[in-house]
Amino acid sequence: MPEPAATQRRTRVDGGALATHAVLVAGALFMVFPFVWQALTAFKTMPESVQVPPTFLPNEWHWDAFSQVFTAVPFMEMLTNSFLNTLGRTLGQLVFCSLAAYAFARMQFRGKNVLFAVFLSVLMVPAQLLILPQHEIVQKLGLLNSIPALFLPGMFSAFGTFLLRQFFMALPRELEEAARIDGAGPFRIFWSVMLPLVRPALAALAVITAMWSWNDLLWPLVVNTDPATMPISAGLTSLEGQFMTNYPVLMAGSLIGSLPMIVLYLLLQRHFVQGIALSGSKG
Amino acid sequence: MAVFPSTAAAQAADRRRSRAAERGSTPSPRPRRRSQRSAYLFIAPIALGFLVFYIWPLLETFWFSFTSFGVFGGNTWVGGENYEGVVRDVTVGQALGNTVLYMLMGLVTLPVAIVLADLMNRRGLRGVPVYRALYFLPFVTMPAAVGLVWNWLYNGDFGMINEALSWFGVDGRYWVSDPSTAVYAIGAVMVWSHVGYYLIIFTAGIKAIPRDYYEAAEIDGAGPVRRFFRITLPLLSPSIFFATVICVINSLQQFDLIFVMMSPENPALGETQSIVTLFFKWAFQENAQGAAAALAFLLMLLIAALTYLQFRFQKRWVHYA
Repeated sequence: MPEPAATQRRTRVDGGALATHAVLVAGALFMVFPFVWQALTAFKTMPESVQVPPTFLPNEWHWDAFSQVFTAVPFMEMLTNSFLNTLGRTLGQLVFCSLAAYAFARMQFRGKNVLFAVFLSVLMVPAQLLILPQHEIVQKLGLLNSIPALFLPGMFSAFGTFLLRQFFMALPRELEEAARIDGAGPFRIFWSVMLPLVRPALAALAVITAMWSWNDLLWPLVVNTDPATMPISAGLTSLEGQFMTNYPVLMAGSLIGSLPMIVLYLLLQRHFVQGIALSGSKG
Repeated sequence: MAVFPSTAAAQAADRRRSRAAERGSTPSPRPRRRSQRSAYLFIAPIALGFLVFYIWPLLETFWFSFTSFGVFGGNTWVGGENYEGVVRDVTVGQALGNTVLYMLMGLVTLPVAIVLADLMNRRGLRGVPVYRALYFLPFVTMPAAVGLVWNWLYNGDFGMINEALSWFGVDGRYWVSDPSTAVYAIGAVMVWSHVGYYLIIFTAGIKAIPRDYYEAAEIDGAGPVRRFFRITLPLLSPSIFFATVICVINSLQQFDLIFVMMSPENPALGETQSIVTLFFKWAFQENAQGAAAALAFLLMLLIAALTYLQFRFQKRWVHYA
């Protein structure tokens, strides 16, 4: 290929790259600006936040809004509740889903196909269809306004079972046979041989479940109406009810509430992306 | 809820499995009893959980939808009265209209995400991981927080959006309390928070398209626009199909953002109510559980019907390689 044509093409490509960057940067600013504005507002005083024209950076950096959040609602307890809810659902799913997924993928038993079809149908049912009776059951168990109420139904996931089953099925059969010849029982084979091999899937399931649990709003609103037992998502709505248009306080609260998941995402991006690519929607 | 096995990893797993089956593994035709028993033990915990928290509640909701709740507890059979009431209720009609509007706005996310994924797929482009991380950030942020932040941006008196408009001499409005704009204001936030999710789906799809196709097209003189429409779009169609199905299912069930962004006193409440926020109101605030259950079943039927139609018509436009 003649030299001039190549040069010409390279400069054209560079111009295109520049235009691409321009579009992507503009988009990224649009995605990030709300977060920036949220953080800046949280450090302003109430009068400064409603100043016209608005200040971009706070005149002085105040922590008042943050301390107000913690005194107005039991915010520390709410953070703890969110954490326990997330932990309960995530651990529950990892244990229950991996056990069932292993059985469906690697074991033979009567009624397997029928059972699996039932599991799949659980996957297709929208949450609203279940929430009334679920609430009634939690009530009958005497668990309304408790931490277990937050994570009980969410510990069992058809999606998690389905996801892990796909990964267990991809493992070679020889591994199990070797372990069996060595005298390992079914649980031991599952725990020491097979489970470590699906670790990437477990990690993806864990971060996705953690994200949905931390952010979930509808179910906590239904079962835990006492602020002391609310997770942070529901807590934000009660903060909203109290402070109406005191935006520094609302921004401080929403910042603290969403920060843990943002940090987790930035640390574990790869697993998030993996989990998202594998999942369809809420588990 | 609904998830489809049509992801790359799942397909790979399926292929590997069928290959393993072809290799002629000949397991004992009748599984040994001991391994049978342990299989049931493995499944028992989650089966019990499903029975108590999913299968039984599903049946119960179905029963609820044909009953009326007494003030002092106990439900009485009322036949199809709840369904009749739901179909006749004008607020249901309005909520359904809003829900369809949310769905249409949700679908706008897809072309945006496709174009972004295509731009990021440019050969040798730097900073792609940074872009991807930033675009994805809203999706991991809790909707309750997202709603508060956007309410602040939309604020009619001191919001940043009206401030920015005033620089161009445009008069702002009370975006979320004006009945003519509120539903679109919420829809815009939905698009903002879901773009990153679909970007990941489409990025995975685009990466699977062989580079040779683009190079061959370039040699034949096809420009970037032509390559996008003739190569990227058709070969991405399985991902687009998957994303459309997911998007319809999710956007028909909108709740969190609407609930947070619309305070109970908001004059635009009726104009933004979705089927699920209406369900929540009936079920947990107005003690109309029977009607709420009927509404939930009708929503499920709608979701199932739309999903079925999409699967039915996918042959017309989805190209599986």
